[in-house]
Amino acid sequence: MLDDTDRRLILATQAGLPLTPRPYHALAEQLGLSPQDVMVRLRTLLDRGVIRRIGVVPNHYRIGYTANGMTVWDVPDERVDELGEQVGRMPSVSHCYHRPRHLPDWPYNLFAMVHGRTRADVEQEADRIAAVLGSAVRARSVLYSTRILKKTGLRLQS
Amino acid sequence: MATALSVLQQHLLNDFQRDLPLTPTPYREMADALGVDEEAVLSHLQSLQTGGVISRVGPVFAPNRLGASTLAAVAVPPERLEEVAALVNTYAEVNHNYEREHRYNLWFVLTARDEARLSEVLAQIEAATGLPVLSLPLLEEFHIDLGFPLRWED
Repeated sequence: MLDDTDRRLILATQAGLPLTPRPYHALAEQLGLSPQDVMVRLRTLLDRGVIRRIGVVPNHYRIGYTANGMTVWDVPDERVDELGEQVGRMPSVSHCYHRPRHLPDWPYNLFAMVHGRTRADVEQEADRIAAVLGSAVRARSVLYSTRILKKTGLRLQS
Repeated sequence: MATALSVLQQHLLNDFQRDLPLTPTPYREMADALGVDEEAVLSHLQSLQTGGVISRVGPVFAPNRLGASTLAAVAVPPERLEEVAALVNTYAEVNHNYEREHRYNLWFVLTARDEARLSEVLAQIEAATGLPVLSLPLLEEFHIDLGFPLRWED
């Protein structure tokens, strides 16, 4: 479980680290902790998988990856783990998830996000995913994003 | 649309999507790796962030490890899209909201402190809009999101 200090550290870092020479010292001062404690806690949160990575977070739209396709697939539930592992390893797939169907409106249970410079790039990657899934595919679709209406890295509210 | 970037900026974006050093001077280590001085790294990161080319330098949190979250979809009549999107965006629990080309045209990620608050927000959005909300929570994640290699146009 996260303790109160972890939560304060997450709140203080989720919008980004200070762009100053000693960012962990700056956070430590802000939070009343030692710099060592800040670095050790961040390392522990990484090791526990609460933090996925720490680094530069590009805005893909602004560097030309304007085609963002959420490819969705209806595959048999008993094969979704095996197939999801294969699709998740494809370099063009940034996220791959098993999510529930919502019948009859939403038959798809496997989601793979593909970022490309053009829709043709995304279509090509979707066809590669289809080739990996083979005869397991019962239905497929690609939902292109047309607008980002909100995007923040925020996960916790104070 | 795409912003022209220097080779140094391209390296800053591509090479440090993970493993920012957890040492007292991480930006100096980036600078050393790139053969430039720390001041250049900091000023480029600042201008990339101010210009929206990077959203931040910092931690990316795993889904479902902080509270309860779901991916929600709504089929919004096109003439009501602005109104419904604005309402959804008023919730601090909504961290991503995208318009997508589909009958389900509004897709947002909700992260709440617990399941009870998550259900409450979904119910409030349904009540306020009169539209059903599909809730598609993560059952399994198949890929660890460590960033992906960026390619640059010639």
